[in-house]
Amino acid sequence: MTRSAAPGLLIALAVLIAGLLLAFMVGRYPIGIGDLFSVLAGKLTGHVSEVPTAVENVILQVRGPRVIAAALVGAALAVAGTAFQGLFRNPLVSPDILGASSGAALGAVLGIFFSLGVFAIQALAFAGGLAAVAAVYLIGSAVRSRDPILVLVLTGVVIGSLLGAGVGLVKYLADPYNQLPAMTFWLLGSLAATGVPDLVPLFGPVALGTLVLLALRWRMNVMSLPEEEARALGVPTGPLRIAIVAAATLVTSASVATAGIIGWVGLVVPHIARTLVGPDFARLIPAAALLGGGFLLVIDTLARTIAPIEIPLGILTAVVGTPFFIWLLASVSKTWS
Amino acid sequence: MILEGQNLTIGYSDRVVGRDLDVALATGEVLALLGPNGGGKTTLLKTLLGLLAPKSGEVRLDGKPLGRYADRERARLVAYVPQSHSATFAFTVETVVLMGRTAHGSLFSRPTAADRAIAVRVLERFGIGHLSERPYTEISGGERQLALLARALAQEPQFIVLDEPTASLDFGNQGKVMREIRALAGAGHGVLFTTHDPNHAMRAADRAFLLRDGGRVAEGAIGSVLNRPQLEALYGAPVETITDQAAGKIAFLPG
Repeated sequence: MTRSAAPGLLIALAVLIAGLLLAFMVGRYPIGIGDLFSVLAGKLTGHVSEVPTAVENVILQVRGPRVIAAALVGAALAVAGTAFQGLFRNPLVSPDILGASSGAALGAVLGIFFSLGVFAIQALAFAGGLAAVAAVYLIGSAVRSRDPILVLVLTGVVIGSLLGAGVGLVKYLADPYNQLPAMTFWLLGSLAATGVPDLVPLFGPVALGTLVLLALRWRMNVMSLPEEEARALGVPTGPLRIAIVAAATLVTSASVATAGIIGWVGLVVPHIARTLVGPDFARLIPAAALLGGGFLLVIDTLARTIAPIEIPLGILTAVVGTPFFIWLLASVSKTWS
Repeated sequence: MILEGQNLTIGYSDRVVGRDLDVALATGEVLALLGPNGGGKTTLLKTLLGLLAPKSGEVRLDGKPLGRYADRERARLVAYVPQSHSATFAFTVETVVLMGRTAHGSLFSRPTAADRAIAVRVLERFGIGHLSERPYTEISGGERQLALLARALAQEPQFIVLDEPTASLDFGNQGKVMREIRALAGAGHGVLFTTHDPNHAMRAADRAFLLRDGGRVAEGAIGSVLNRPQLEALYGAPVETITDQAAGKIAFLPG
Protein backbone atom coordinates (compact mmCIF):
# COMPACT_ATOMS: atom_id res chain seq x y z
CA MET A 1 0.00 0.00 0.00
CA THR A 2 2.83 2.36 0.68
CA ARG A 3 4.53 1.31 -2.55
CA SER A 4 2.86 3.90 -4.75
CA ALA A 5 2.54 6.60 -2.08
CA ALA A 6 6.08 7.94 -1.98
CA PRO A 7 6.26 9.59 -5.44
CA GLY A 8 2.90 11.32 -4.95
CA LEU A 9 3.87 12.67 -1.53
CA LEU A 10 7.24 13.84 -2.90
CA ILE A 11 5.47 15.73 -5.69
CA ALA A 12 3.16 17.35 -3.11
CA LEU A 13 6.18 18.31 -0.99
CA ALA A 14 7.91 19.75 -4.06
CA VAL A 15 4.83 21.88 -4.78
CA LEU A 16 4.90 23.27 -1.23
CA ILE A 17 8.63 24.06 -1.42
CA ALA A 18 8.22 25.71 -4.83
CA GLY A 19 5.32 27.75 -3.39
CA LEU A 20 7.43 28.82 -0.40
CA LEU A 21 10.36 29.91 -2.57
CA LEU A 22 8.09 31.75 -4.97
CA ALA A 23 6.24 33.55 -2.18
CA PHE A 24 9.47 34.67 -0.48
CA MET A 25 11.31 35.71 -3.62
CA VAL A 26 8.70 37.34 -5.86
CA GLY A 27 7.19 40.74 -5.17
CA ARG A 28 7.64 44.47 -5.47
CA TYR A 29 11.02 43.94 -3.83
CA PRO A 30 12.53 40.84 -5.53
CA ILE A 31 14.81 38.74 -3.35
CA GLY A 32 17.53 36.38 -4.57
CA ILE A 33 17.63 32.79 -3.41
CA GLY A 34 21.09 33.34 -1.85
CA ASP A 35 19.87 36.22 0.32
CA LEU A 36 16.79 34.24 1.32
CA PHE A 37 18.83 31.27 2.53
CA SER A 38 21.45 33.30 4.36
CA VAL A 39 18.74 35.26 6.22
CA LEU A 40 16.79 32.11 7.13
CA ALA A 41 20.01 30.27 8.10
CA GLY A 42 21.14 33.29 10.11
CA LYS A 43 17.78 33.37 11.90
CA LEU A 44 18.04 29.67 12.74
CA THR A 45 21.69 29.61 13.83
CA GLY A 46 21.78 33.03 15.46
CA HIS A 47 24.60 34.30 13.22
CA VAL A 48 24.38 37.84 11.95
CA SER A 49 23.99 37.66 8.18
CA GLU A 50 25.65 40.13 5.82
CA VAL A 51 22.42 40.75 3.96
CA PRO A 52 21.15 44.37 4.00
CA THR A 53 18.66 45.07 6.80
CA ALA A 54 16.01 46.09 4.30
CA VAL A 55 16.13 42.65 2.67
CA GLU A 56 16.04 40.96 6.05
CA ASN A 57 12.98 43.01 7.00
CA VAL A 58 11.17 42.09 3.82
CA ILE A 59 11.84 38.40 4.41
CA LEU A 60 11.19 38.20 8.14
CA GLN A 61 8.75 41.01 8.89
CA VAL A 62 6.81 41.64 5.68
CA ARG A 63 6.63 38.33 3.83
CA GLY A 64 7.39 35.81 6.61
CA PRO A 65 4.10 35.93 8.53
CA ARG A 66 2.10 36.15 5.32
CA VAL A 67 3.91 33.15 3.81
CA ILE A 68 3.35 31.04 6.91
CA ALA A 69 -0.30 32.09 7.07
CA ALA A 70 -0.88 31.29 3.39
CA ALA A 71 0.66 27.83 3.78
CA LEU A 72 -1.39 27.14 6.92
CA VAL A 73 -4.69 28.43 5.51
CA GLY A 74 -4.21 26.52 2.25
CA ALA A 75 -3.34 23.33 4.13
CA ALA A 76 -6.26 23.79 6.51
CA LEU A 77 -8.85 24.31 3.77
CA ALA A 78 -7.52 21.35 1.79
CA VAL A 79 -7.51 19.03 4.82
CA ALA A 80 -11.04 20.09 5.78
CA GLY A 81 -12.22 19.53 2.21
CA THR A 82 -10.62 16.08 2.19
CA ALA A 83 -12.42 15.16 5.40
CA PHE A 84 -15.82 16.44 4.22
CA GLN A 85 -15.54 14.77 0.81
CA GLY A 86 -14.81 11.44 2.49
CA LEU A 87 -17.52 11.85 5.10
CA PHE A 88 -20.18 12.84 2.58
CA ARG A 89 -18.93 10.29 0.04
CA ASN A 90 -18.94 12.94 -2.62
CA PRO A 91 -15.92 14.45 -4.38
CA LEU A 92 -17.84 17.66 -5.15
CA VAL A 93 -18.25 18.72 -1.52
CA SER A 94 -16.24 21.56 0.05
CA PRO A 95 -15.46 22.66 3.64
CA ASP A 96 -18.21 25.27 3.74
CA ILE A 97 -20.91 22.69 2.98
CA LEU A 98 -22.25 22.79 6.55
CA GLY A 99 -22.37 26.56 6.81
CA ALA A 100 -18.94 27.10 8.38
CA SER A 101 -18.01 29.87 5.97
CA SER A 102 -21.37 31.66 6.02
CA GLY A 103 -21.45 31.51 9.83
CA ALA A 104 -17.93 32.89 10.02
CA ALA A 105 -18.84 35.59 7.47
CA LEU A 106 -21.82 36.77 9.51
CA GLY A 107 -19.68 36.84 12.66
CA ALA A 108 -17.02 38.91 10.94
CA VAL A 109 -19.32 41.47 9.29
CA LEU A 110 -21.10 41.94 12.63
CA GLY A 111 -17.70 42.56 14.22
CA ILE A 112 -16.88 45.15 11.57
CA PHE A 113 -20.37 46.70 11.85
CA PHE A 114 -19.94 47.25 15.58
CA SER A 115 -16.42 48.62 14.95
CA LEU A 116 -14.76 45.96 17.08
CA GLY A 117 -11.02 45.30 17.09
CA VAL A 118 -9.24 42.83 14.82
CA PHE A 119 -9.13 40.09 17.43
CA ALA A 120 -12.78 40.46 18.32
CA ILE A 121 -13.66 40.20 14.62
CA GLN A 122 -11.62 37.02 14.30
CA ALA A 123 -13.15 35.57 17.45
CA LEU A 124 -16.67 36.37 16.19
CA ALA A 125 -15.89 34.78 12.82
CA PHE A 126 -14.59 31.71 14.58
CA ALA A 127 -17.61 31.47 16.89
CA GLY A 128 -19.97 32.10 13.98
CA GLY A 129 -18.49 29.23 11.98
CA LEU A 130 -18.67 26.77 14.85
CA ALA A 131 -22.19 27.89 15.84
CA ALA A 132 -23.48 27.55 12.27
CA VAL A 133 -22.17 24.00 11.96
CA ALA A 134 -23.49 23.08 15.41
CA ALA A 135 -26.95 24.42 14.44
CA VAL A 136 -26.89 22.54 11.14
CA TYR A 137 -25.85 19.40 12.94
CA LEU A 138 -28.53 19.64 15.63
CA ILE A 139 -31.30 20.36 13.12
CA GLY A 140 -30.03 17.62 10.80
CA SER A 141 -29.97 15.10 13.63
CA ALA A 142 -33.43 16.07 14.86
CA VAL A 143 -34.90 15.28 11.44
CA ARG A 144 -35.28 11.50 11.42
CA SER A 145 -34.38 10.15 8.03
CA ARG A 146 -32.88 7.08 6.46
CA ASP A 147 -30.37 9.28 4.69
CA PRO A 148 -28.81 11.43 7.44
CA ILE A 149 -26.01 12.63 5.15
CA LEU A 150 -28.42 14.12 2.62
CA VAL A 151 -30.44 15.79 5.39
CA LEU A 152 -27.25 17.28 6.80
CA VAL A 153 -26.16 18.68 3.44
CA LEU A 154 -29.58 20.16 2.68
CA THR A 155 -29.79 21.68 6.16
CA GLY A 156 -26.36 23.20 5.52
CA VAL A 157 -27.59 24.77 2.29
CA VAL A 158 -30.70 26.20 3.97
CA ILE A 159 -28.91 27.57 7.04
CA GLY A 160 -26.16 28.90 4.78
CA SER A 161 -28.65 30.92 2.76
CA LEU A 162 -30.25 32.29 5.93
CA LEU A 163 -26.83 33.38 7.18
CA GLY A 164 -26.13 34.84 3.75
CA ALA A 165 -29.29 36.95 4.14
CA GLY A 166 -27.95 38.11 7.50
CA VAL A 167 -24.67 39.12 5.88
CA GLY A 168 -26.62 41.00 3.21
CA LEU A 169 -28.63 42.87 5.85
CA VAL A 170 -25.54 43.91 7.80
CA LYS A 171 -23.87 45.12 4.58
CA TYR A 172 -27.03 47.07 3.70
CA LEU A 173 -27.02 48.78 7.08
CA ALA A 174 -23.27 49.37 7.14
CA ASP A 175 -21.56 52.72 6.68
CA PRO A 176 -20.74 52.67 2.96
CA TYR A 177 -17.52 54.65 3.34
CA ASN A 178 -15.83 53.13 6.39
CA GLN A 179 -17.35 49.73 6.99
CA LEU A 180 -18.56 48.37 3.66
CA PRO A 181 -15.12 48.26 1.96
CA ALA A 182 -13.67 46.38 4.96
CA MET A 183 -16.53 43.91 4.89
CA THR A 184 -16.26 43.35 1.17
CA PHE A 185 -12.51 42.92 1.39
CA TRP A 186 -12.90 40.42 4.19
CA LEU A 187 -15.68 38.49 2.46
CA LEU A 188 -13.49 38.06 -0.62
CA GLY A 189 -10.50 36.76 1.32
CA SER A 190 -7.11 38.36 1.91
CA LEU A 191 -3.86 37.83 3.75
CA ALA A 192 -2.63 41.40 3.20
CA ALA A 193 -3.01 42.41 6.85
CA THR A 194 -1.55 39.24 8.35
CA GLY A 195 1.10 39.76 11.01
CA VAL A 196 2.96 37.65 13.53
CA PRO A 197 0.21 37.90 16.20
CA ASP A 198 -2.26 36.28 13.77
CA LEU A 199 -0.22 33.12 13.51
CA VAL A 200 -0.84 31.60 16.94
CA PRO A 201 -4.68 31.59 16.80
CA LEU A 202 -4.33 30.16 13.30
CA PHE A 203 -1.74 27.48 13.99
CA GLY A 204 -3.27 26.05 17.19
CA PRO A 205 -6.70 25.04 15.86
CA VAL A 206 -5.34 23.98 12.45
CA ALA A 207 -2.75 21.68 14.05
CA LEU A 208 -5.26 20.27 16.54
CA GLY A 209 -7.95 19.53 13.97
CA THR A 210 -5.48 18.05 11.50
CA LEU A 211 -3.99 15.78 14.17
CA VAL A 212 -7.45 14.48 15.11
CA LEU A 213 -8.21 13.73 11.45
CA LEU A 214 -4.81 12.05 10.98
CA ALA A 215 -5.39 9.89 14.04
CA LEU A 216 -8.74 8.75 12.62
CA ARG A 217 -7.31 8.11 9.13
CA TRP A 218 -8.23 4.41 8.92
CA ARG A 219 -11.69 4.92 10.39
CA MET A 220 -12.21 7.71 7.81
CA ASN A 221 -11.56 5.18 5.04
CA VAL A 222 -14.34 3.01 6.43
CA MET A 223 -16.60 6.05 6.98
CA SER A 224 -16.49 6.73 3.25
CA LEU A 225 -18.54 3.54 2.74
CA PRO A 226 -22.34 3.63 2.96
CA GLU A 227 -23.44 4.19 6.57
CA GLU A 228 -24.83 0.71 7.21
CA GLU A 229 -21.77 -0.97 5.79
CA ALA A 230 -19.48 1.09 7.98
CA ARG A 231 -21.51 0.18 11.05
CA ALA A 232 -21.52 -3.51 10.10
CA LEU A 233 -17.73 -3.28 9.94
CA GLY A 234 -17.74 -2.15 13.56
CA VAL A 235 -17.41 1.62 13.23
CA PRO A 236 -19.62 3.73 15.54
CA THR A 237 -20.60 6.11 12.75
CA GLY A 238 -22.62 8.59 14.85
CA PRO A 239 -19.90 9.66 17.33
CA LEU A 240 -17.18 9.48 14.67
CA ARG A 241 -19.13 11.74 12.32
CA ILE A 242 -19.39 14.34 15.09
CA ALA A 243 -15.64 14.07 15.75
CA ILE A 244 -14.74 14.47 12.07
CA VAL A 245 -17.18 17.36 11.48
CA ALA A 246 -15.90 19.12 14.63
CA ALA A 247 -12.25 18.73 13.65
CA ALA A 248 -12.83 19.87 10.05
CA THR A 249 -14.97 22.82 11.19
CA LEU A 250 -12.33 23.90 13.72
CA VAL A 251 -9.73 23.94 10.96
CA THR A 252 -12.04 25.79 8.53
CA SER A 253 -13.17 28.39 11.06
CA ALA A 254 -9.61 29.17 12.12
CA SER A 255 -8.55 29.81 8.54
CA VAL A 256 -11.67 31.84 7.71
CA ALA A 257 -11.10 33.93 10.84
CA THR A 258 -7.57 34.76 9.65
CA ALA A 259 -7.93 35.10 5.90
CA GLY A 260 -11.61 35.67 5.24
CA ILE A 261 -13.53 33.54 2.81
CA ILE A 262 -11.41 31.73 0.24
CA GLY A 263 -13.46 29.27 -1.77
CA TRP A 264 -12.46 26.42 -4.03
CA VAL A 265 -9.20 25.39 -2.31
CA GLY A 266 -11.04 22.77 -0.24
CA LEU A 267 -12.77 21.44 -3.32
CA VAL A 268 -10.00 21.42 -5.90
CA VAL A 269 -6.96 20.39 -3.86
CA PRO A 270 -8.33 17.15 -2.31
CA HIS A 271 -9.19 15.95 -5.78
CA ILE A 272 -5.67 16.58 -7.10
CA ALA A 273 -4.24 14.94 -3.98
CA ARG A 274 -6.41 11.88 -4.60
CA THR A 275 -5.08 11.49 -8.13
CA LEU A 276 -1.53 11.75 -6.76
CA VAL A 277 -1.66 9.31 -3.82
CA GLY A 278 -5.03 7.49 -4.04
CA PRO A 279 -8.00 7.63 -1.68
CA ASP A 280 -6.40 6.16 1.48
CA PHE A 281 -6.65 8.94 4.08
CA ALA A 282 -3.34 7.96 5.68
CA ARG A 283 -1.55 9.54 2.70
CA LEU A 284 -4.40 11.66 1.35
CA ILE A 285 -4.46 14.00 4.37
CA PRO A 286 -0.69 14.77 4.31
CA ALA A 287 -0.72 15.11 0.52
CA ALA A 288 -3.71 17.49 0.62
CA ALA A 289 -2.05 19.58 3.35
CA LEU A 290 1.20 19.95 1.37
CA LEU A 291 -0.57 20.68 -1.92
CA GLY A 292 -3.07 23.08 -0.33
CA GLY A 293 -0.25 25.05 1.27
CA GLY A 294 1.67 25.25 -2.02
CA PHE A 295 -1.46 26.14 -3.99
CA LEU A 296 -2.46 29.05 -1.75
CA LEU A 297 1.14 30.34 -1.66
CA VAL A 298 1.10 30.57 -5.44
CA ILE A 299 -2.36 32.19 -5.43
CA ASP A 300 -1.35 34.69 -2.74
CA THR A 301 1.85 35.58 -4.61
CA LEU A 302 -0.22 36.21 -7.73
CA ALA A 303 -2.71 38.25 -5.69
CA ARG A 304 -0.06 40.75 -4.59
CA THR A 305 1.99 40.89 -7.80
CA ILE A 306 -0.12 40.69 -10.96
CA ALA A 307 -1.83 44.05 -10.56
CA PRO A 308 -1.00 47.46 -9.05
CA ILE A 309 -3.59 46.75 -6.33
CA GLU A 310 -4.01 43.55 -4.36
CA ILE A 311 -6.53 41.19 -5.86
CA PRO A 312 -8.76 39.37 -3.34
CA LEU A 313 -7.81 35.70 -2.95
CA GLY A 314 -11.37 34.46 -3.29
CA ILE A 315 -11.57 35.98 -6.77
CA LEU A 316 -8.38 34.29 -7.96
CA THR A 317 -9.33 30.89 -6.52
CA ALA A 318 -12.74 31.21 -8.19
CA VAL A 319 -11.12 31.94 -11.55
CA VAL A 320 -9.01 28.78 -11.14
CA GLY A 321 -11.72 26.72 -9.45
CA THR A 322 -14.72 27.22 -11.69
CA PRO A 323 -13.29 25.62 -14.85
CA PHE A 324 -11.83 22.87 -12.69
CA PHE A 325 -15.21 22.18 -11.10
CA ILE A 326 -16.96 22.00 -14.47
CA TRP A 327 -14.34 19.56 -15.69
CA LEU A 328 -14.70 17.53 -12.47
CA LEU A 329 -18.48 17.49 -12.77
CA ALA A 330 -18.26 16.24 -16.34
CA SER A 331 -15.78 13.48 -15.50
CA VAL A 332 -17.25 12.42 -12.16
CA SER A 333 -20.89 12.28 -13.23
CA LYS A 334 -20.01 9.52 -15.70
CA THR A 335 -19.11 7.19 -12.86
CA TRP A 336 -22.17 7.96 -10.71
CA SER A 337 -24.63 5.13 -10.68
CA MET B 1 -23.66 -19.95 18.81
CA ILE B 2 -27.12 -18.77 17.77
CA LEU B 3 -28.39 -15.54 16.21
CA GLU B 4 -32.12 -15.36 16.78
CA GLY B 5 -34.99 -12.94 16.52
CA GLN B 6 -38.02 -13.59 18.72
CA ASN B 7 -41.48 -12.24 18.13
CA LEU B 8 -40.09 -9.41 16.02
CA THR B 9 -42.02 -6.44 14.73
CA ILE B 10 -39.75 -4.81 12.19
CA GLY B 11 -39.86 -1.51 10.32
CA TYR B 12 -38.83 2.14 10.33
CA SER B 13 -39.89 5.04 12.49
CA ASP B 14 -42.83 5.86 10.24
CA ARG B 15 -44.10 2.41 9.32
CA VAL B 16 -44.25 -1.25 10.29
CA VAL B 17 -42.89 -3.62 7.65
CA GLY B 18 -43.42 -7.01 9.31
CA ARG B 19 -44.74 -8.65 12.48
CA ASP B 20 -44.71 -11.88 14.48
CA LEU B 21 -41.42 -13.04 13.04
CA ASP B 22 -39.28 -15.71 14.69
CA VAL B 23 -35.95 -16.46 13.01
CA ALA B 24 -33.01 -18.48 14.27
CA LEU B 25 -29.64 -19.15 12.68
CA ALA B 26 -27.04 -21.48 14.18
CA THR B 27 -23.36 -21.62 13.29
CA GLY B 28 -22.62 -24.21 10.61
CA GLU B 29 -25.96 -23.89 8.81
CA VAL B 30 -27.25 -21.90 5.85
CA LEU B 31 -30.63 -20.18 5.95
CA ALA B 32 -32.15 -18.71 2.78
CA LEU B 33 -34.63 -15.86 3.01
CA LEU B 34 -37.08 -15.81 0.11
CA GLY B 35 -40.00 -13.61 -0.79
CA PRO B 36 -41.42 -11.13 -3.26
CA ASN B 37 -40.10 -7.58 -3.63
CA GLY B 38 -41.25 -5.29 -0.84
CA GLY B 39 -42.05 -8.24 1.41
CA GLY B 40 -39.62 -7.17 4.12
CA LYS B 41 -36.52 -9.27 3.35
CA THR B 42 -34.05 -6.38 3.53
CA THR B 43 -35.70 -4.92 6.65
CA LEU B 44 -35.50 -8.29 8.41
CA LEU B 45 -31.87 -8.61 7.33
CA LYS B 46 -30.97 -5.19 8.74
CA THR B 47 -32.78 -5.98 11.97
CA LEU B 48 -30.87 -9.24 12.40
CA LEU B 49 -27.62 -7.39 11.63
CA GLY B 50 -28.31 -4.93 14.43
CA LEU B 51 -28.37 -2.00 11.98
CA LEU B 52 -32.07 -1.41 12.63
CA ALA B 53 -33.66 -1.82 16.05
CA PRO B 54 -36.78 -4.02 16.12
CA LYS B 55 -39.98 -2.11 16.93
CA SER B 56 -40.83 -4.86 19.37
CA GLY B 57 -39.44 -8.26 20.22
CA GLU B 58 -35.76 -8.94 20.57
CA VAL B 59 -32.77 -10.07 18.53
CA ARG B 60 -30.28 -12.07 20.57
CA LEU B 61 -26.75 -13.01 19.67
CA ASP B 62 -25.26 -15.78 21.81
CA GLY B 63 -28.05 -15.16 24.31
CA LYS B 64 -27.36 -11.42 24.73
CA PRO B 65 -29.62 -8.76 23.19
CA LEU B 66 -28.00 -7.49 19.99
CA GLY B 67 -28.69 -3.88 20.97
CA ARG B 68 -26.39 -4.26 23.98
CA TYR B 69 -23.38 -5.04 21.79
CA ALA B 70 -21.09 -2.17 20.82
CA ASP B 71 -20.67 -1.82 17.04
CA ARG B 72 -17.14 -3.15 17.30
CA GLU B 73 -18.06 -6.15 19.46
CA ARG B 74 -20.93 -7.08 17.18
CA ALA B 75 -18.81 -6.75 14.03
CA ARG B 76 -16.44 -9.40 15.35
CA LEU B 77 -19.33 -11.88 15.42
CA VAL B 78 -21.59 -10.87 12.53
CA ALA B 79 -20.41 -9.76 9.09
CA TYR B 80 -22.54 -8.17 6.39
CA VAL B 81 -22.08 -8.62 2.66
CA PRO B 82 -24.09 -5.89 0.89
CA GLN B 83 -25.15 -6.17 -2.71
CA SER B 84 -22.14 -5.59 -4.92
CA HIS B 85 -22.01 -1.85 -5.52
CA SER B 86 -19.75 0.73 -7.00
CA ALA B 87 -17.72 2.76 -4.51
CA THR B 88 -17.21 6.53 -4.48
CA PHE B 89 -13.45 6.34 -4.05
CA ALA B 90 -11.05 4.02 -5.84
CA PHE B 91 -9.66 2.06 -2.89
CA THR B 92 -7.57 -0.97 -3.88
CA VAL B 93 -9.17 -4.39 -3.46
CA GLU B 94 -6.67 -5.10 -0.69
CA THR B 95 -7.74 -1.95 1.20
CA VAL B 96 -11.41 -2.93 0.83
CA VAL B 97 -10.65 -6.36 2.31
CA LEU B 98 -8.52 -4.81 5.07
CA MET B 99 -11.56 -2.74 6.10
CA GLY B 100 -12.92 -6.08 7.34
CA ARG B 101 -10.21 -5.96 10.01
CA THR B 102 -11.44 -2.63 11.40
CA ALA B 103 -13.33 -4.17 14.32
CA HIS B 104 -10.18 -5.98 15.43
CA GLY B 105 -8.18 -2.75 15.85
CA SER B 106 -8.53 0.20 18.21
CA LEU B 107 -9.99 3.61 17.34
CA PHE B 108 -6.76 5.17 16.09
CA SER B 109 -5.04 2.07 14.72
CA ARG B 110 -4.29 1.06 11.17
CA PRO B 111 -4.23 -2.53 9.92
CA THR B 112 -1.14 -4.39 11.13
CA ALA B 113 1.10 -6.88 9.34
CA ALA B 114 -1.02 -9.66 10.85
CA ASP B 115 -4.17 -8.05 9.40
CA ARG B 116 -2.44 -7.84 6.04
CA ALA B 117 -1.55 -11.54 6.18
CA ILE B 118 -5.22 -12.34 6.83
CA ALA B 119 -6.27 -10.17 3.88
CA VAL B 120 -3.81 -11.95 1.60
CA ARG B 121 -5.10 -15.31 2.82
CA VAL B 122 -8.80 -14.57 2.23
CA LEU B 123 -8.06 -13.01 -1.17
CA GLU B 124 -6.25 -16.22 -2.18
CA ARG B 125 -9.06 -18.25 -0.66
CA PHE B 126 -11.51 -16.70 -3.14
CA GLY B 127 -9.02 -16.83 -6.01
CA ILE B 128 -8.72 -13.06 -6.41
CA GLY B 129 -5.22 -12.56 -4.98
CA HIS B 130 -4.08 -11.17 -8.32
CA LEU B 131 -6.57 -8.29 -7.97
CA SER B 132 -5.27 -6.99 -4.64
CA GLU B 133 -3.62 -3.85 -6.07
CA ARG B 134 -6.42 -3.09 -8.55
CA PRO B 135 -8.90 -0.29 -7.76
CA TYR B 136 -12.17 -1.75 -6.45
CA THR B 137 -14.05 0.58 -8.83
CA GLU B 138 -12.45 -1.04 -11.90
CA ILE B 139 -13.09 -4.76 -11.33
CA SER B 140 -16.14 -6.69 -12.57
CA GLY B 141 -19.36 -7.21 -10.61
CA GLY B 142 -18.50 -10.85 -9.91
CA GLU B 143 -15.05 -9.89 -8.66
CA ARG B 144 -16.56 -7.19 -6.43
CA GLN B 145 -18.93 -9.71 -4.88
CA LEU B 146 -15.98 -11.99 -4.15
CA ALA B 147 -14.01 -9.05 -2.71
CA LEU B 148 -16.95 -8.24 -0.40
CA LEU B 149 -17.12 -11.92 0.62
CA ALA B 150 -13.37 -11.80 1.32
CA ARG B 151 -13.89 -8.67 3.43
CA ALA B 152 -16.60 -10.44 5.46
CA LEU B 153 -14.34 -13.45 5.99
CA ALA B 154 -11.47 -11.16 7.05
CA GLN B 155 -13.77 -10.03 9.86
CA GLU B 156 -13.45 -13.61 11.22
CA PRO B 157 -17.12 -13.62 12.22
CA GLN B 158 -19.35 -16.43 13.43
CA PHE B 159 -22.20 -15.31 11.19
CA ILE B 160 -22.23 -13.93 7.65
CA VAL B 161 -25.33 -12.19 6.32
CA LEU B 162 -25.56 -11.62 2.56
CA ASP B 163 -28.06 -9.40 0.76
CA GLU B 164 -28.88 -10.94 -2.64
CA PRO B 165 -25.34 -12.21 -3.21
CA THR B 166 -26.18 -13.47 -6.72
CA ALA B 167 -28.25 -10.49 -7.88
CA SER B 168 -25.93 -8.94 -10.43
CA LEU B 169 -23.79 -11.94 -11.33
CA ASP B 170 -23.52 -13.99 -14.48
CA PHE B 171 -24.49 -17.69 -14.47
CA GLY B 172 -21.01 -18.99 -13.72
CA ASN B 173 -20.38 -16.56 -10.86
CA GLN B 174 -23.79 -17.36 -9.35
CA GLY B 175 -22.69 -20.99 -9.06
CA LYS B 176 -19.36 -19.95 -7.61
CA VAL B 177 -20.98 -17.80 -4.91
CA MET B 178 -23.41 -20.65 -4.04
CA ARG B 179 -20.48 -23.04 -3.62
CA GLU B 180 -18.64 -20.50 -1.46
CA ILE B 181 -21.71 -20.10 0.77
CA ARG B 182 -21.80 -23.87 1.26
CA ALA B 183 -18.08 -23.88 2.01
CA LEU B 184 -18.50 -21.10 4.62
CA ALA B 185 -21.06 -23.22 6.47
CA GLY B 186 -18.70 -26.19 6.16
CA ALA B 187 -16.05 -24.06 7.87
CA GLY B 188 -18.43 -23.45 10.76
CA HIS B 189 -19.99 -20.08 9.89
CA GLY B 190 -23.71 -19.51 10.15
CA VAL B 191 -24.85 -18.02 6.84
CA LEU B 192 -28.04 -16.11 6.06
CA PHE B 193 -28.75 -14.91 2.54
CA THR B 194 -31.64 -13.43 0.64
CA THR B 195 -32.37 -14.47 -2.91
CA HIS B 196 -34.97 -14.15 -5.63
CA ASP B 197 -34.22 -17.59 -7.00
CA PRO B 198 -35.58 -20.64 -5.12
CA ASN B 199 -33.06 -22.76 -7.01
CA HIS B 200 -30.23 -20.93 -5.27
CA ALA B 201 -31.83 -21.76 -1.94
CA MET B 202 -32.12 -25.40 -3.09
CA ARG B 203 -28.44 -25.43 -3.97
CA ALA B 204 -26.89 -23.69 -1.02
CA ALA B 205 -29.26 -23.61 1.96
CA ASP B 206 -30.21 -26.07 4.70
CA ARG B 207 -33.34 -24.21 5.64
CA ALA B 208 -35.53 -21.59 4.05
CA PHE B 209 -37.65 -18.79 5.49
CA LEU B 210 -40.48 -17.61 3.25
CA LEU B 211 -41.59 -14.02 3.84
CA ARG B 212 -44.54 -12.27 2.21
CA ASP B 213 -46.12 -8.92 3.15
CA GLY B 214 -44.04 -8.85 6.32
CA GLY B 215 -45.36 -12.18 7.59
CA ARG B 216 -44.00 -15.69 7.64
CA VAL B 217 -45.44 -17.97 4.93
CA ALA B 218 -43.39 -21.02 5.87
CA GLU B 219 -40.11 -21.96 7.47
CA GLY B 220 -38.19 -25.21 7.71
CA ALA B 221 -35.87 -27.64 5.97
CA ILE B 222 -35.42 -26.94 2.26
CA GLY B 223 -37.03 -30.22 1.22
CA SER B 224 -40.20 -29.58 3.18
CA VAL B 225 -40.60 -25.86 2.45
CA LEU B 226 -39.58 -25.44 -1.16
CA ASN B 227 -42.32 -27.01 -3.24
CA ARG B 228 -44.71 -25.79 -5.86
CA PRO B 229 -47.75 -24.94 -3.68
CA GLN B 230 -45.61 -23.03 -1.16
CA LEU B 231 -43.80 -21.06 -3.85
CA GLU B 232 -47.03 -20.27 -5.69
CA ALA B 233 -48.49 -18.99 -2.43
CA LEU B 234 -45.31 -17.02 -1.72
CA TYR B 235 -45.07 -15.23 -5.04
CA GLY B 236 -48.75 -15.29 -6.00
CA ALA B 237 -47.77 -16.63 -9.41
CA PRO B 238 -47.72 -20.01 -11.13
CA VAL B 239 -44.57 -22.12 -10.70
CA GLU B 240 -43.44 -25.21 -12.62
CA THR B 241 -41.33 -28.02 -11.22
CA ILE B 242 -38.66 -29.73 -13.30
CA THR B 243 -37.48 -33.12 -12.08
CA ASP B 244 -34.22 -34.77 -13.02
CA GLN B 245 -34.95 -38.45 -12.27
CA ALA B 246 -31.36 -39.61 -12.77
CA ALA B 247 -29.84 -37.11 -10.32
CA GLY B 248 -32.87 -37.09 -8.07
CA LYS B 249 -32.96 -33.27 -8.11
CA ILE B 250 -35.71 -30.77 -8.75
CA ALA B 251 -35.69 -27.20 -9.99
CA PHE B 252 -38.32 -24.51 -10.30
CA LEU B 253 -39.33 -22.35 -13.23
CA PRO B 254 -41.54 -19.30 -13.02
CA GLY B 255 -44.69 -20.39 -14.86
